[in-house]
This record gives sequence, C-alpha cells and structure tokens, in this order.
Amino acid sequence: MDRLTRRETIAIGAGGLTAAGLIGQPAHAAIPVANVPMPKQPIEAGATLRVIRPTKFVDPDETIWNENTAKFTKATGVPVRTDFVGWEDIRAQVAVAARTGAGPDIVAGWANDPHLYEDKILDMTELAEYLGKKYGGWGALPLVYGRKHGTNKWLSIPMGCGGGALVYRKSWVNQAGYDKPPNDMDKFLDLCRKLHKNNHPVGWALGNSQGDGNGTATWLLWAFGAYQVDDAGKVAINSRETLAALKYSAEFYKTMIPGTLSWLDPSNNKAFIAEEISMTSNGVSIYFVLKNDPKTAAIAADTEHARLPGAKGTDYPEAANTLNAMAFKHTKYPNAAKEYLRFMMEAEQYDPWLTKCLGYWAHPLLAFDQSDCWKIDPKILPYRDAQKMTHWDGYKGPISSAAAAATAEYVLVQMVASAASGQSTPADAAKEAERRLARIYRKA
Amino acid sequence: MDATTWVAKRTKPNWLARLFDYKPFLIALCLAPALGLLLVFLTYPLGLGIYLAFTDTEIGGNGSWVGLENFIALADDPIFINSIWNTMFYTFTATVGKFVLGLWLALLLNQHIPFKSVLRAIILLPYIVPTVLSAIAFWWIYDPQFSIISYVLVDQLHILDHYIDFLGTPWAARWSLIVANIWRGIPFVAITLLAGLQTISPSLYEAALLDGASPWQQFRHITSPLLMPILAIVMTFSVLFTFTDFQLVYAITRGGPLNATHLMATLAFQRGIPGAQLGEGAAIAVAMIPFLIFATLFSYYALGRRKWQQGSSDE
Repeated sequence: MDRLTRRETIAIGAGGLTAAGLIGQPAHAAIPVANVPMPKQPIEAGATLRVIRPTKFVDPDETIWNENTAKFTKATGVPVRTDFVGWEDIRAQVAVAARTGAGPDIVAGWANDPHLYEDKILDMTELAEYLGKKYGGWGALPLVYGRKHGTNKWLSIPMGCGGGALVYRKSWVNQAGYDKPPNDMDKFLDLCRKLHKNNHPVGWALGNSQGDGNGTATWLLWAFGAYQVDDAGKVAINSRETLAALKYSAEFYKTMIPGTLSWLDPSNNKAFIAEEISMTSNGVSIYFVLKNDPKTAAIAADTEHARLPGAKGTDYPEAANTLNAMAFKHTKYPNAAKEYLRFMMEAEQYDPWLTKCLGYWAHPLLAFDQSDCWKIDPKILPYRDAQKMTHWDGYKGPISSAAAAATAEYVLVQMVASAASGQSTPADAAKEAERRLARIYRKA
Repeated sequence: MDATTWVAKRTKPNWLARLFDYKPFLIALCLAPALGLLLVFLTYPLGLGIYLAFTDTEIGGNGSWVGLENFIALADDPIFINSIWNTMFYTFTATVGKFVLGLWLALLLNQHIPFKSVLRAIILLPYIVPTVLSAIAFWWIYDPQFSIISYVLVDQLHILDHYIDFLGTPWAARWSLIVANIWRGIPFVAITLLAGLQTISPSLYEAALLDGASPWQQFRHITSPLLMPILAIVMTFSVLFTFTDFQLVYAITRGGPLNATHLMATLAFQRGIPGAQLGEGAAIAVAMIPFLIFATLFSYYALGRRKWQQGSSDE
C-alpha cells in the first residue's frame, strides 16, 4: 500500500474524517498546544523517503500510519515508502543500513537503537525541542531514550511508549481479600500467596524472552532499589538490594504456575486468556484480545490493570519500551526526513494514530494525556502513563551497546530465574551476574 | 562460370564469431555466472565473517583489528564452552537417533508393503514443512500449560498427576529439542537410504538365500557394505545440518533455561545481532568451522573407505 493513487488518498482522507466525526469533534481538539514557531526545514527538491518500522500490533497501527504518510505526500509532494519489518529483524536490518550507508532514510526502531548508531544519525535537538515546547514537554522515559546520556543532545524522536502494567482478574484478587493489588512488595507477596492458595496462581515470564522476561527481572530488581551498573557504567549488581530482590523472587516464584522458567513472550498472554493465571504483567494486548473476542468478553470485564507494585512516589520500577525514530546521516534529504517526523508527531496526525491504536503506543508528549484515546475505556488508563516511567534498559548507566548486550544475553532474567527456582543461591546468582556483566562492560 | 566449377564463397568469420570460437574465452564466459554467484554470495560473506571475528566491531561502529582477542576472551567464557558441549552432544545424539530410526524406516519401506508410494510420500512430510513451522508446533507440544502430551497423560488417561515441564529444566529441555530434531531429520535419512537400498541388485540376495544366509547375515554382508557409500554422504550432510541448527532451538527455547540449550549457532546470533557485538558473534561462528571440517572429514574418510565399499576387506 505504499504507492497510493490520488483518488485513493482522497478516499482514505475522507474515511478518516468520517471516523473522527463519529466521536463528535475532530480527534485532536482536546490537545493543548503552545504557540511555537516551526523549525525551518525546507524540503529538498526531488526528495523521496524510505522508512522502516516494526510490524503492526493492531491493524490501525499500520492503516493510520499509512494514511498519515499519504497525507504527508499530498501536502509536500515527497513520496514515502514504509516497510513494516518483523520485531526481531529490525536490529539486523538497521545494522546493515548503518554499515552500508544505503537503504532506509528513517528507522523507527526500539528504545536503545539510536544510541548504538550515535555517529551515524542526524541531530534531532531542534525538532525535539520544538515538539516538547509545543506539546507540554516530553515524558521522563522519552527524555532518557531520546537524548544522549547526560547531555541535552537529541538523537531521536520517541514516537510511542509501550508499558508493561499489571494485568489481573479483579474477582480473584477480591476473593483473596484485596480491593486491588497493593503497592507494598510484602503485601503484594501476601496477595500472590493467597491467590495461589485459591488455585489461581500468578505467572511471570522467567525464560529467555526479550520483552516479558527482561521486564520481570528489572521490575523485581528496581523495586528493591538494585541496578546493574552505576551512572558511570561501573558494574554494581552484586549488592544488598539485589540479594533482597532475589530472596523475594524465590518466595514469589512459589506462588507462580509451574513452567514459567521456559516462558517466552506470548506465554503469559496465552495462560491469562486461558484463565490459568490470575495476574501477570504485560502490554495492553492481553486485554484487547479478550475484549475483541465475544467468547472471552466475560474475562475482559473481570480484567483490570494497575501500576506494578514497588513504586516509591513517582519512581516506578516498571520497564517500558519505546518506539524511537532516527534519521541516518547518509540520507540525501535530511530536511525531508525531519519534516516527515515532525508531520507524523503533530496532533492532527498523531492523535488519530494514538486513538485508533487503543493505547498500544502511549504518547511520549505529555499534552496527549488529554487525548480522547484515554477517555474511551477507563480500564486502559494505566497504559497512558508509560512515558512517565523512570527506569531504562541498562539502568542507571549510559544506554550503550554494552547495555543492549546485557539485555540480549538475558543476564538479569537468568540471575532472577536461577535464584527464584532455587537452582542457585541468591549470593551465587548475583556473583554470576556480576561476572557476566563485568565481561560485557569490560570495553565500556 | 558453370555449375561444376562453382565453389562456395567462404565468408571470413567476423571478430565476434572468432571470439566465441576461442576456447579459453568460452570457458571463462561459461564459468563466470557460477563463479560470480559463489564469490558474491559465499566467498564474500564467509570472508567478511572471518575478518569480523578478528575485530571488535559492534553494530553501528566500524571496529578495529584485535587479533585473537575475541577467541581468548571466549576461551574463558563458561557459556561459550557450554555451547560447544551442547552442540556436540546435540549433533551426536540426534545423528545417532536419526540414523538408527531412518535406516530402520528405510528397510521397512524397502519391503513389499501395500500403498508403498503413498507411505513414502507421507514419510517425507516432516522434511517438507518449513522448520520454523515445525518448531512452533513443537513449542506448543512442549508448552508447560498447553502441551498435548501432558493433556493426554494427565487429563485423559490420568497416568500423571501434574503437567510435564518439558523445557523448564536443562536435561528435559535438551532431550526435548533432540527429539524434535530427530523427528525432522528422519525423512531425509530414510528416503536417501531407501534410494541406496534400491540400487542393490536383488540377485545378490537371491544368491545369499541359496547359500542359506539368515536375514542378519544378508544385512551384515550385503546391505551394509553396499549402503556404506551413500550412508557416508548422508551422514556428512546430516552432521552438517545438525551442527549448524538454529531455528528449532531459537524458536523453542531461545537457548534457555539458563543457557542450557544454547548451540554455537544460536549463541553467535544472540551475541552478534541482538547483543550488538558483531565481532564476538562472528568469532563464535568461525569457531564452528574446525568442528565442521573435522566432522566432514571423519564421516567421509572413516565411513567412505574405498576398498570396503567394493566388498574387499581393509588392508
């Protein structure tokens, strides 16, 4: 669908308008906007753009993206081709593009990708500051993933944040004597024990799973104040806080359904939907699968979301992903690339995308807290705040290739899994993780 | 000029025709497409991989020559050492399994049984299905919550009282993967060995029958020596495929639980692409080459001894 005829473009635009009309007013009406002059980015003559981004979560993710892109082409005359790439293939494709200096001009990749290509991508400071000023500022998480560690230099434009909130069955939590899952870690463990006793075990991925597995490990560590490296990138995992987290994991693991050591990313979705588990953490996908299938509507009605426990004030121990867009220096049309990103982030385009994607990608710019997206279904409100998360991949060190390697090697997940399952003592597990991290960070 | 004195006027061939008549040129021209393909798609990537193994290249950076540093660092990395053992164990066990079962199946299919050709086609199915699809099927079969095996044993037959954790402990996971690999590899072995069996002349068996040879003696003295050449080739290929297996492990366990099922190929990918350490990933991949050469030479020379193939004994 990358090459649209003029007729199709108009038809899609009209469809978009009708859809917006259904909720009574233009979708972006509620977004508060400051009056800020646009950055001067005159589009080069004859510009064309090629964009790579991850495949869709839900259909509107792709269709609205393509509609917005078609609008850009109509407004500027710049043809844009978007390729939707499998989630795990993005890094390999981007690596090739960066090495050869050919291929896509813009890549909307994962959170830490731009930090790996720092020397090869365009400075986004002017555009990011314009967007920040216009739309109420960037959230805490995009501030981390968008800027070079410890500076004000923007490497990328964060486009959306995917949170990993608590997903739970309200009736079973109530049955265990709790109104909602408590924030206190000890009380939370008590709830899990009671759920387990009532034959409704909880389930968190502890296998080599990129999203959920790493998310389980970092949540438990961050909730106890542990971190893998300090802010200078020195390994700091073998700490009192880590040991406390690992001891907690061992108790927590006893309340889980058997088999979580081999769980990959889809496993908790499957188990929750099959009513095998009462609670897990995940993106909004579980809820939407339940809600959209009439057979599971009753489960959806009983499903609630909340922040993961262990928060200290506004310091949330939850891992969230970020769709992070960068433009390569090798592009022949740097201004067109930046203009395209600006266009896609402006409320007229961004709000329909956000709203139709039903919260899969939470907005990085705080003004969109007011979006109609978050008024449709109060149950998805916890996902609204994904951009307010305060921890990142490789916390609290710089986001570097070493941090990416530690995540890809599952160092933290495996430490938590081995201590939780009793395959090694917390002290041994922490020591092993320290050894592996020291190896990974040796060059940094 | 009358008809008897007419001589065909020979036109001198033009330069193009002469060029194409020139043998060395023709040879070069005919070889060029094949050589070009090999160079671009085989030699260059292999050469680049070997070069990267001696650099500290990361994704997004250019890296510099570091000599043997990657290999020295890998030598005291327990996860890498572990992956070598896993790969060898996986290759050895799966190959033995595939050959025992594959040969057995080939012998059965070589008998006169009804629906022979239909059966032979069905046997090939596991090999035809794309690996990733069969890997996903096995991933469901081994799922801790939704395994069909557990369901039958626990909920239907009531033999067990709990679901089997196929992938949660190291040895269970290793064996589960080996079973999946054997299942996938049997057809290739069985069909090629069947082809080999059918080249053996029936007159040899008739002669053996007249001499009063038992079925075992027939197998030992006719089938196995005459099958040996094709067995050696199939074995070589099978070892190569198994040693470099990636998809089954990557789709089912991602090398888990706790790296217990990492093969060299999966570890190389994990370090190289998601882990961004291209140089180190390449070094692991390059470390597979000596093993592969050894395995190839072993199965080729040890099993393919010429004299033995021709029926006489070794000197």
